[in-house]
Amino acid sequence: MKVLLFAQLRELLGCSELQIDGPYHHVADLRLALQEKGTLWQEYLAPGKALVAVNQTLADDRHGLGPNDEVAFFPPVTGG
Amino acid sequence: MHKDYIQVRVENFSLAEEYLQLCAGNRQDGAVVTFVGLVRDFNQDATVESLFLEHYPAMTDKSLRGIIQDARQRWNLGRIRLIHRVGNLTLGDQIVFVGVSARHRGDAFCACEFIMDNLKARAPFWKKEGTPSGDRWVEARQTDQDKARWWATR
Repeated sequence: MKVLLFAQLRELLGCSELQIDGPYHHVADLRLALQEKGTLWQEYLAPGKALVAVNQTLADDRHGLGPNDEVAFFPPVTGG
Repeated sequence: MHKDYIQVRVENFSLAEEYLQLCAGNRQDGAVVTFVGLVRDFNQDATVESLFLEHYPAMTDKSLRGIIQDARQRWNLGRIRLIHRVGNLTLGDQIVFVGVSARHRGDAFCACEFIMDNLKARAPFWKKEGTPSGDRWVEARQTDQDKARWWATR
């Protein structure tokens, strides 16, 4: 599946997009796998720090995932 | 069927032009409420010189459409126009426009506030400030989340 990172997360982790092969059945599984990439990933992808959208809709950690999903992690939004 | 106007763009907008678009040929609505958000200095301890607006293009449109759809389910609304700017902006620049027409003012007032409150809590935009000591991302405010939650309970 495709994973996208935005704003601070993209800058701090030095990565805007990555392709990751599961199987990850839920957002929580994918989050944990990404957090294992390093200490910065561990810290910045922690629940509560990073929001998640699955296929461009906000989702929580229990949300199911499929192989062709687009999953985005990003900090709390600050538009308007 | 209402046609909503939603645009995410770099270019500025004209309040007069947007107002005209809400009113022109509109015989059924007795109220138009508009909101314009401006770029301001977010941090009291720094001199903000510029602002950069990032967004998640594929999600932005979907998210804004969802918010407008929610508003239409709550109130009896006529036309809705929403513009959000992205890219480089400076202090005092217009950043967001929300315009709502409705038969009655109560619906237009509520919907305009609802759309802005939900945009601030749900739409994927991020602000980065440019200051003399370097760039920094704007922190999200708890009060913005609280307002969106308040609407969710009503």
